[in-house]
This record gives sequence, C-alpha cells and structure tokens, in this order.
Amino acid sequence: MSDEPPLVAYRYEDGSLACPGHPRGPAGDDPVDELDLSEYTGEVVTFTVARATPPGVRAPNPVAIVEFTIEGETVRAIGQLSTESVSIGDTVTPVYTAQLRDPEQSLREPASQNWDGYRFEPV
Amino acid sequence: MEDVAIIGAAMTEFGDRDGWIRELLVEAAEAGLADAGIDPDAPDHVYVANMASGEFEGQTGIANALVHDLNAMPAYTQRVDQTSASGGAGLYAAWQSVASGASECTLLVGGEKMTHRTTGEATDVIASLTHPAEYKHGITLPSFAGLIARAYLERYDAPRESLARVAVKNHRHGMDNPHAQFRKEVDLETVLDSPLVADPLRLYDFCPITDGAAAAVLVPASVAKEYTDEYVLIDGVAGATDTHVVHQRPDPTVMNAVVDSGDAAFAMSEHAREDIDVAELHDMFTILEFLQMEGLGFAEPGTAWEQVQAGRTTREGALPINTSGGLKSKGHPLGATGVAQIHELYAQLTDTAGPRQVDADVGLACNVGGFGNCVTTTILERA
Repeated sequence: MSDEPPLVAYRYEDGSLACPGHPRGPAGDDPVDELDLSEYTGEVVTFTVARATPPGVRAPNPVAIVEFTIEGETVRAIGQLSTESVSIGDTVTPVYTAQLRDPEQSLREPASQNWDGYRFEPV
Repeated sequence: MEDVAIIGAAMTEFGDRDGWIRELLVEAAEAGLADAGIDPDAPDHVYVANMASGEFEGQTGIANALVHDLNAMPAYTQRVDQTSASGGAGLYAAWQSVASGASECTLLVGGEKMTHRTTGEATDVIASLTHPAEYKHGITLPSFAGLIARAYLERYDAPRESLARVAVKNHRHGMDNPHAQFRKEVDLETVLDSPLVADPLRLYDFCPITDGAAAAVLVPASVAKEYTDEYVLIDGVAGATDTHVVHQRPDPTVMNAVVDSGDAAFAMSEHAREDIDVAELHDMFTILEFLQMEGLGFAEPGTAWEQVQAGRTTREGALPINTSGGLKSKGHPLGATGVAQIHELYAQLTDTAGPRQVDADVGLACNVGGFGNCVTTTILERA
C-alpha cells in the first residue's frame, strides 16, 4: 500500500461508476462506495497534445480520456499523459504526480481545489 | 405567450479593438437602437450577455453601466452569463421577457473584451469553466477539441481534410463580412500545414481571440409593424444543458445539449429541419460544425463531413452554414457571439446581407457554451 491519495471513482446504487464523482449518479442514485482507479489499468479512448497551454501548465501537454472496465462496469477518467507516444487502444496505468500544474500561475484560487493527481503511462 | 419579433440588429467591428467592454457595449447598443429606430429610453428590459468582464478587465456591473451610459434608466437590466453561449442565452432571456408580457421592448447586447490578454491568459479564463478534475490537468477548450476531433475522425474514418474544408469555407464567407476579424481567404494547404495546436487540430481549426459586441431589439410581434417593415419573427428558441465533465457523456462525439435544445426549438417552431435555409453554427473549432450539424439533425451521425466535402454548406450549397464567416473568420468575442449569430440571420431574412445574401425564409442559430455544456438554439423566420 502506498501513501499516495487514491484516484477516486464513486460507485452508485445502480452499480454505475463516475470519476470524478458527483452527489448524484447518472441515474440519479446516491453514491454507496468509492473505488481507487489507480489500482487498475485502462485503455486510451482518445488523446491530444495541447501545444498552446495556459500559464502554469506544461507545454506541450499530452492528455487523454481513458476507460477502465471494472467488474463489467466502465468508467472514464481524463488526465495528462506521461508521454506523447501513445495510440488509441493503448493500455495505460495511472502514475501519481504531486503537482500537475502550478496553482500560483492559474486563474483559479489555489486553495479551492487540489493540484495533484494521476498521469497515464503506457504499459 | 406573445409572439416575438426582432425589429433591429447590429454589431460592432470584431477584432483587436481599442475600446473596453463598456465602450463596445455602448457602440453595439446605439447601433442596434438606431437600426430599430427607437430611442434609448424605449426598452423596458436590457439584457447584457457577457462571460467574463470581471476576469478579463476587472469590470463587473456592466449591465448597470450600460443602462447608465445609454441613459436608459429605469429599465430593468441583468447580465446573462452562459460562457460562450451567453449571447444565445441572452436572446432566450430577452424572448422570455417579451413573450411573457413583462417587457414591451427589450434590448439585448452581448460583448466581450479579450485581446488585451495573452493567448494563454485568455485560454485560462475560458478554461476556468471546467471541472476541477479537468482544470488541474491543464485541460482547455482546445484540448477538448483535439480529443473529440481525433475520436470522430477515427470512428467515422473521416479525412482530416474535411475539417480543413470548414475553415476554408468560413474564411471565404467572411471575406464579404465588413465586421469580420479576418477577411482573408485561406486554402486547404495553408490550413493543413499550419502549426499543430491540439492534434489533429491545427491553428486554422480554431477561432481567434476577439473583442466586439452585438445587439438586437425585441418587441411583441403584434406591434412590430408600428416600428418598421424590416423585422423577423422568433419561431423557436430553447436551451439545454449537458454534463459539466465532458468525458462523462455516453458518447463524447454527441453534443446532447445541441440535440436537446434543437429538438425543443423545433418542437416550438412551425418549421421542420428541411425548412431551414441558412444556419449560423458555433464553429469555435472546425469539429464543432460537424457535431452541431449532426446534433441538430442536418446530418446523420458520422456523415456531416461528407456534406462539407460535397460543398453542401457553402453559400451556394443547399444548406449554407455560417454565411457570416462564423466564429472562425468573424471572430469570437464570447458574450457577443450568440447575438452576432442573430444579427447575421436578421440580415439574411430581411434581405440586407449584401454580397453574403442567400435565398432564405427560415434560419437557425446554435450557440454553444463550454464544449457543448450549455447550448441554445434559435429559429427565426421572415416576417
């Protein structure tokens, strides 16, 4: 077990998953459980490499939408990639990153959200 | 509910403007009032569409500022923010005010002042609409465009060139728009060779950062003729909302709020999809023109690119799209855009579009906020 915070997905009463979670699920259900997606691998649904990035964001910034399949349920997450060398369908694993962008250079109030999280790395 | 007419519309020149938000709003408002032939004290309600004057300029309270600058007191006023769809949301609010009988005359003004910021700063202001889980990864609206464009091209085996054709078309249309930011033709090679911004999308797949404002005046249709012979009718208008988190949509290549607002606007309208003669779609990115054509039912899923390739959406085609030049060529001052779309349809439906004129009795505008997060669709018809 690591000390890294989990990549949280909510599980709702109907079994559906969401990352990030919301107070109500896609069918209007209450969340009943949390999963840590960092324990799973996912598949790249699509990706891009953003080259004109806002202040405090690395450039270039490769990002992807990744789909996880867990006990028959799918859930997607979005996040930075650790490399530009990736293809649709690649298997990736979440890798913890202490700071994804510099909050001090961002428009958003630094204390209003967290800035660490998971990058996706091809397996 | 009262039927509602638009009796005047105007827009400022779009581009890199000297004026700040207050000046831009006043310029558009005065031109809109003059076009309608009414005095500034005529409106009962004044709606100001704007996404981020506080973030861009440190100027809030702009609705109040505009009413005072026009000396239009005591007109009721409010600012309408629905990010990039603020203008369409403003039109919806303005329609509600007249249709409900709360206002006998409503002035709608949309505007944004952006170009004093760097591209990175302006991109961050717009990206601040995203969920924290998106924002911390540096996800921007152009990032979403690249992600979804790749998924679309891959799934439907659409050629990259088809997206470039949207840019070529809209730049060609914009050549004849005196208010457009870019009155410059571009060819396919220029688009396809331009620098990558969010692959597969390149510089010419994106609209510019723009200053500008636009205005429209609404009254009950029953009295429109007392003001002018040059008016159009609001035949359908509706708005809808999709998920805040883009990747949580069942199919990321489907803009559900486009589908839902379009369905609701057509349900209100006397017209069907095949009656639409001209459309202004929110081409903030070239891929959005495909997604809106499909969401609005002008093309089956995965086939909009074929219509663009075949030239069906040019000014000479069966369904001209973005005769104004679209956001791509005309520019995209966030809060102004939805109102500028109405301005173009007003011009087309009153035969005042000059060299951009097409043969049209019914027009549709679709204004998209975020990456399809909030959308309004409006159907206008010739009086």
